[in-house]
Amino acid sequence: MHIIDSGNVAAATGVKLSRAQVIAAYPITPQTPLTEKLSEFVESEELDAQYIPVESEHSAMAVCIAASTAGTRTFTATSANGLLYMNEQLHWAVGARLPIVMCVANRGIGAPWTVWNDQQDTIAQRDVGWIQIYANDHQQIIDSVIKAFRLAQTVSIPVMVCYDGYLLSHTYMPFDRPDQEKVDGFLPPFKAKNFLDPENPGNFNPVTLPDVRPGQDGTIKPGYIEIRHRLQMDLRASLEVYQEIDADYKKDFGRGGHPFVEEYKCDDADFVAVCIGSLSYHLRDVIDAMREDGIPIGVMGVQMYRPFPDEAIVQALGGKKHVIVFEKALSYGNQGALYADIKSALYNAADRPTIQNFILGLGGREIKTEQLLAVLREACANPGTAEDTPRWVGLKL
Amino acid sequence: MTTENFEEIISRGTPGPGDGGKTGSWRVLRPEIDLKVCIPAKTNKMACFTCWLYCPDCAVSKTIPPVIDYDYCKGCGICAEECPAGAITMVDEATPMKEEK
Amino acid sequence: MKKDILEIRWHGRGGQGAITAAKIVANAAFASGYKGAVMTPTFGTERRGAAIFTSLKIAKEKIYDLSPITTPDMIIVLDHTLLDEVNVADGLKDDGLVILNGAKSPEEYDFQGRKVAVCNVTQHAVQAGLPPGIVNSGIIGAFSKATGLVEIDVLLEAIQKEFSGKRPELNAKAAQLAYDNTAVGGSK
Repeated sequence: MHIIDSGNVAAATGVKLSRAQVIAAYPITPQTPLTEKLSEFVESEELDAQYIPVESEHSAMAVCIAASTAGTRTFTATSANGLLYMNEQLHWAVGARLPIVMCVANRGIGAPWTVWNDQQDTIAQRDVGWIQIYANDHQQIIDSVIKAFRLAQTVSIPVMVCYDGYLLSHTYMPFDRPDQEKVDGFLPPFKAKNFLDPENPGNFNPVTLPDVRPGQDGTIKPGYIEIRHRLQMDLRASLEVYQEIDADYKKDFGRGGHPFVEEYKCDDADFVAVCIGSLSYHLRDVIDAMREDGIPIGVMGVQMYRPFPDEAIVQALGGKKHVIVFEKALSYGNQGALYADIKSALYNAADRPTIQNFILGLGGREIKTEQLLAVLREACANPGTAEDTPRWVGLKL
Repeated sequence: MTTENFEEIISRGTPGPGDGGKTGSWRVLRPEIDLKVCIPAKTNKMACFTCWLYCPDCAVSKTIPPVIDYDYCKGCGICAEECPAGAITMVDEATPMKEEK
Repeated sequence: MKKDILEIRWHGRGGQGAITAAKIVANAAFASGYKGAVMTPTFGTERRGAAIFTSLKIAKEKIYDLSPITTPDMIIVLDHTLLDEVNVADGLKDDGLVILNGAKSPEEYDFQGRKVAVCNVTQHAVQAGLPPGIVNSGIIGAFSKATGLVEIDVLLEAIQKEFSGKRPELNAKAAQLAYDNTAVGGSK
């Protein structure tokens, strides 16, 4: 059934349909209405879950780690500095292989304080080991949350579902709310592989020695590096798993089919604009206008950022003439993180395009359609001459 | 569906003597239970077992009387500290060795 | 940028319900076959009583550009006292429409000759039996009368749904009264 509501409510509805069992979250703008909605669902008994109020994001993730270790389907949400405050626990959650799902309403990071949108918060967490999925509109938010729970519990790796603060979190638009019955069919109940079980006591993640050691059961127990290597292998294997989950979702709900990148008018394009999040939809209007002028350009939104879908990226961008990467985040002192990752993926491609990087929209600076149009027109007129240094769009000083 | 098994290599220890090898040789002080004072031994009831519960190496049995496995007991002294009846005394390893001589 | 998107900017005060009103219109528009209905509130902090605005875009197809509107086709003002505080007509197209909760006649307002629809929504809401100060349901009636964009019956249904548990009938009555008492004319 279609409803019109905010992105935060789309996320909360996805969590409800996924039948999360434990929710612990600390409110922070622009995520707050999401946690408020979830607490309403729990209070009204529409969602049979424990809602555990906490005094900080660090505690929120600590509660999620405990609840997930006890074998429950667990959810939290945050933004910006709240996400950073969780950082130490984020590493723990993934190292412990806990299938926690978290929504992040993307917001710029202080100092100086900002409550508005950019993507520095989650991009800065790219090396933690969590899977990162980005939604471009409310439909993708609710669909991604449901898919994220199944992905997390299949691969035993936590998943972040990220969406632009305000631009999506507080904007209202129509989206389809899937039927509970169909979601139940798609997302089986969570059965933890390793959990706190009085019948089978275990000691989880104690000090793990640098080397392997013999266990009392006669098997060889892994050292730290074996455990970390397996995490990396499992993350890489998650790409294939997510592709299958996305295909299943499409079969059941009719939406999806582009788990890694979503292309618009890219097939016959010489030029491709690339970005993460709602900006990739905004750019569609710009692409349409440029197409009217005969410029063969398309736009590609990156939907999964970690694990990095390098094969899909190479497939989409190999053979193109020029690629323009827009980013609302930066690996400070270097370049845009997505730009660097795409360059790295294209390094071995036979027919690799020239590529350039634009930084924009930080701290909620409005991105105007006319501005994007001007930047892209110039980039397409002078491909190949671009410097390997990010350029900033819309600076006024 | 992908058949790969995830979460196969994790850090998980099973409580019980021996996960860290035979650690009995680490001991400097040895816990000894006075069965005249020990609650389950004295009452002949499956009760108390505080020593069994607290032993970090699971080297104490939940039996009447409780038995300490000296192959694995590191001599940490937690059982003696926690015993509500004061039935466990930490004895210098050198003392019983002298007596044996 | 897209020419086939109708852009409506709502001006109100924090707590007055402009967002709820815009949401009701978005719902009704969607129910009437507009696939694109995007409502974007002022981003950032909102304080009770402070001037706020909210952007509503309506189109036959899905809308991809979520940025706040700068050249509205229509402005809806929930509180005439805002006219002294905010340039509500900023960027309003020359053939644009102003819908205003006010007590004077259209000709007495200065919007450079643009079409103005005026209704004393505050008064009609009280007549309908609502406590004083609730204007967001009533202004929707004025919107329907002035634009004909969405049928009043569809809007009344959307109002009843949105206000379920919060005097749905009285809010619908306020909208109907406003619909019946909206004067449309040319401004100064």
